[in-house]
Amino acid sequence: MAQMTMIQAITDAMRTELKNDENVLVFGEDVGKNGGVFRATEGLQDEFGEERVFDTPLAESGIGGLSIGLGLTGFRPVMEIQFFGFVFETMDAVVGQMARMRYRSGGHYNMPVTIRSPFGGGVKTPELHADSLEGLIAQSPGVRVVIPSTPYDAKGLLISSIRNNDPVVFLEHMKLYRSFREEVPEEEYTIDLDKADVKREGKDVTLIAYGAMVHTSLKAAEELSEEGIEAEVIDLRTISPIDIETILESVKKTNRAVVVQEAQKMAGIAASVAAAITDEAILHLEAPVLRVTAPDTVFPFAAAEDVWLPNETDVKERVKAVINF
Amino acid sequence: MAEKTLKNIEEQFEMFQILNEEGKIVNKDALPDLSDEELQELMRRMVYTRIWDQRAISLNRQGRLGFYAPVAGQEASMLGSQFSLDKEDWILPGYRDIPQMVWHGMSLHQAFLFSRGHFKGGQMAEGLNLVMPQIIIGAQIIQTAGVALGLKRRGKDNVAITYTGDGGASQGDFYEGMNFAGAYKAPAIFVVQNNYFAISVPVEEQSAAKTIAQKAVAAGINGIQVDGMDVLAVYAATKEARKNALEGTPTLIETLTYRYGPHTMAGDDPTRYRTSELDSEWEKKDPIVRFRKYLESKKLWSEEEENKVVEKAKEEIKAAIKETDEVAPQKVTDLIGNMFEELPVNLQQQMDEYKEKESK
Ligand SMILES: Cc1ncc(C[n+]2csc(CCOP(=O)(O)OP(=O)(O)O)c2C)c(N)n1
Ligand SMILES: [Mg+2]
Repeated sequence: MAQMTMIQAITDAMRTELKNDENVLVFGEDVGKNGGVFRATEGLQDEFGEERVFDTPLAESGIGGLSIGLGLTGFRPVMEIQFFGFVFETMDAVVGQMARMRYRSGGHYNMPVTIRSPFGGGVKTPELHADSLEGLIAQSPGVRVVIPSTPYDAKGLLISSIRNNDPVVFLEHMKLYRSFREEVPEEEYTIDLDKADVKREGKDVTLIAYGAMVHTSLKAAEELSEEGIEAEVIDLRTISPIDIETILESVKKTNRAVVVQEAQKMAGIAASVAAAITDEAILHLEAPVLRVTAPDTVFPFAAAEDVWLPNETDVKERVKAVINF
Repeated sequence: MAEKTLKNIEEQFEMFQILNEEGKIVNKDALPDLSDEELQELMRRMVYTRIWDQRAISLNRQGRLGFYAPVAGQEASMLGSQFSLDKEDWILPGYRDIPQMVWHGMSLHQAFLFSRGHFKGGQMAEGLNLVMPQIIIGAQIIQTAGVALGLKRRGKDNVAITYTGDGGASQGDFYEGMNFAGAYKAPAIFVVQNNYFAISVPVEEQSAAKTIAQKAVAAGINGIQVDGMDVLAVYAATKEARKNALEGTPTLIETLTYRYGPHTMAGDDPTRYRTSELDSEWEKKDPIVRFRKYLESKKLWSEEEENKVVEKAKEEIKAAIKETDEVAPQKVTDLIGNMFEELPVNLQQQMDEYKEKESK
């Protein structure tokens, strides 16, 4: 075992799959020689050569289209969108084309593409770098959306995503890249896609989150514990599809739920989770399912991030509201 | 046959230069008609901008500036082109093109607000035809075709000019922008500042084309490659492009230049992808050094004059930072208020929530 940051675990996952399968190709803007602007692909070009790990011209729609073509010819592309705010440039390739390839060809073709991309607030990037746009992809049929919150999960989930024969958008929260290390096995392992994980057990309320908000929720849970409230924290890990079973099991025990997302409120993942809970477990609920989200504005200018992003206080407030309902 | 056509085209795109590295005029016929005062003003602007760049880098390192993309090395390319514009021409800049905006009339204070990430950084003064620096590479290019068509339809004698880099010239928007402007005979100028790298990726890896300028051919518009370290050549080429634009032919200008600094101040390390030999090769072509030599030979410049500019720049930057420090921090309610003309119901509700939060 080694101590790894999330970014190291991500590099390790790509290295593992580049070794395992000669069809795996890793490419994007600055991913080759430079090793990526966050160093996620550091050393991979040296190790596997320029034919397997390479820079592309500066065009996201080109990168998406290239992946489709390479996918059609039997390769397993791991493409990077340098920041997820640039996904708009390649929205057609991702949700208009890749996500529909299997369907359109009646199952003849498949798209084993992994789209890696950093996102998430708290690091004061310029506009259209940090936006939580996962909901746009989650609304599109035919593509999975995976968002790890720990180094261990990141490695196992990325390996599973690369091996998966359908497109996966794999989003990496920038704030988590180097915020902590944990034990990550050096050998290969996978983590099932479409499966949530209980990150903390508790009996009074269920907090459901993903990405950096898992840590915000865990912190809130620790603080609530001092006040005698025990929160269970579920990390969705895959946000499309949503693992409703794990959520229901928890909610049937706690009878209360708060869903936490960094994204704006309108039409988000939290709304889907809340709806799924009321669909299936309304008679188990002692209070309405509440949401913690950002307000419905454009992602804020850097200097306003701190006041805009949801935080522990927001989570605790909502938890108390469902407890005292 | 096809091979010959390509070769013929490539050979025609030779770099246009007026002032060489030694500060000597090598292309007398092309020398632009600039008064002594104008020549001095161009020099003042370049020197001022170099100082500003140095200050911005150190302010960034002290955590007092925020987002900043260094410009040293590109002064002639940036300021020579802007200098040929009319006050009412439109500029659609990229993230690095803050100097053109400032010399077009935006205050330094506002440039700093943009860097810090404050919405007031985007509030252009009335009558300033500037769009906020574009972060999405290429988006500004196709918008330029739209602004140019708008100006034409309004019967204005003005042009729209846009800037991108060698990397930006790989985006679909770049081709679409040139093609649309050409199709509508719209008064547009497309400047590609080729500083040879898109973050770490060298220009040779962007395209099989020998020059970026030749990409104009496919769009049916004018194209020219210019020595981007020669402020006179950049000025002359843009001036001509402006005239042609108003007559219905857009131009693609490729300026050959170099950024001395890192890509941005957010952790880029140029030593990973550039050699120090290449750096020093380009420093020998420095736009300020050669223009200084030229002006000194004409007795239009002196050390005193230069020191005056340096002092002035330092003082104005200091004052602008002070002014920026005094701007009230943004509130979520400010952001909500800027979303729509009339707040829809969800935002109205959130406005009330955040007003209450902020009053605590
Ligand atoms: C659509 C889009 N893709 C990628 C980026 C990230 N990015 C910012 S600058 C840059 C390189 C740009 O190079 P170039 O066009 O040559 O301009 P330069 O920075 O050299 O002036 C990249 C890839 C972005 N801002 N927008
Ligand atoms: Mg460049």
